[in-house]
Amino acid sequence: MVHRRVSGGTLTRGLRRALPPLVVVGVLLVGWQWYVTASGIAPQVLPSPSRVVEQGWASRDVIWANTVPTLKVTGVGFGVSLVMGWALAILVDFSPWLRRALVPLLVASQTLPIIAIAPLLIIWFGFGLLPKVVVIALVTFFPIAVGLIEGFASTDPEASNLLRSMGAGRWKEFRYVRLPGAMPYFFTALRIGITYAVTGAIFAEYVGASAGLGIFMNQQKNSFRTDLVLAAVVVTALLSVALFALTYLVQRLVIPWYAQERRRA
Amino acid sequence: MREIRVEHLGKTFGTLPVLSDVSLRAAPGEFVSIIGPSGCGKSTLFNVLAGLVAPDSGRVLVDGAPAGGSAFGYMPQKDLLFPWRTVLDNAALGLEVAGMRRRAARAKAQALFEPFGLAGFERARPSQLSGGMRQRAALLRTVVQDREVLLLDEPFGALDSLTRTGMQEWLEKVRARYGWTVLLITHDIREAVFLSDRVVVLGPRPARVCREVEVGLPRPREAGMVGWPRLHAVEAELLDALRGPGRTDPVPTTR
Repeated sequence: MVHRRVSGGTLTRGLRRALPPLVVVGVLLVGWQWYVTASGIAPQVLPSPSRVVEQGWASRDVIWANTVPTLKVTGVGFGVSLVMGWALAILVDFSPWLRRALVPLLVASQTLPIIAIAPLLIIWFGFGLLPKVVVIALVTFFPIAVGLIEGFASTDPEASNLLRSMGAGRWKEFRYVRLPGAMPYFFTALRIGITYAVTGAIFAEYVGASAGLGIFMNQQKNSFRTDLVLAAVVVTALLSVALFALTYLVQRLVIPWYAQERRRA
Repeated sequence: MREIRVEHLGKTFGTLPVLSDVSLRAAPGEFVSIIGPSGCGKSTLFNVLAGLVAPDSGRVLVDGAPAGGSAFGYMPQKDLLFPWRTVLDNAALGLEVAGMRRRAARAKAQALFEPFGLAGFERARPSQLSGGMRQRAALLRTVVQDREVLLLDEPFGALDSLTRTGMQEWLEKVRARYGWTVLLITHDIREAVFLSDRVVVLGPRPARVCREVEVGLPRPREAGMVGWPRLHAVEAELLDALRGPGRTDPVPTTR
């Protein structure tokens, strides 16, 4: 019973938190619709929101057919990024030498102008999955690796001492203290990474792909279907928000203690 | 239960001498407190004993044989109870680290929850405990490892005065029941006198023993003893030693 009351509380709190942005979006949409009707602007330049929804719905089969490859690319790319980010962060945590060697490179990887590199990746790797996975990994790997590295390093040195006094070696110290303590950092990094992942996928497809929301937007733009470009944009945004919300769900399952801790603090 | 001897420990960090020829002993079941000015190296001494810091010179003997950190159960100043573990799993942590199966470790820690006044809080999270309970849980986590000597580094320093007094009386009771050998670091002279058989005064850094005082009050210690003249005499002697350690054992002022 207590449990139900708590979840009911979080539900109304969630609604109350979602309300202000929804109101703002509503006002903007009404303003947009009014402007398009009043000015008589051509739909090739600026379609009304109702037209975007209408035409998007009419083309739902095509949009869905292009959403699936985008989701797949996002999933694979982000998965690769997660595996690499974890592996690198753990290596760096165990080896001060690797930390000095790799962290500057990690920062340098963020200075790469992806917009210039993405077309090259297509030249090198073709129109398949690989160049897109590389783009997504490049944009999402950094926040995940850095978040984890900082999370491990945030361990209280006295907690490490306590573990060592219990006879723990470096691996047990990692397993019992550093790893669980880093999980809140990881989930913050995961949320940043996942929002980059979808836009990264769209961008990689935009440059060149056989299917996907990115290439769909590009084609529709070229045939002046601004309404369908915007419909695909809406789908992209919804995807990102859904994945973002999913990270909270996973967090609740993996580190239930963290929410309790925060509520009490 | 065995005898602990610490002989001529020395430690220098870089150019900063922190321990200089520290010698201590503790008989089986003896309670020895260590007091000294802030930053004098008391915590470094415990870190050496717990095996966290290697000394430059000197040795630690258990029954005459050189001993490592595994002879000592170390309770740091912070309780360091981990929020991702229940109170019971926190208490069992040392056993798990030592390789005991989780179920067996829990069972062993569980047995101490009643005498430690934590019964019913096994599945609670640390943040649900009061300050005094957190310290008892941290002590339980230390004690359950069955080490030869307990190293308690200002265990009650963060508690309010009323809770602290209660914890001191409680510690006296459980110590009598289990017969632990204890080394206690404290800033609280009354706490040292109330709990100890012997109090060791360290001089300013680099730490060395500048006075040892036998408390000589009967056991079990009780709250009423706070008014006893003997207790006040020992307190005065310790205060005197803390104020002017240079008189008994001059230390060089240059580093």
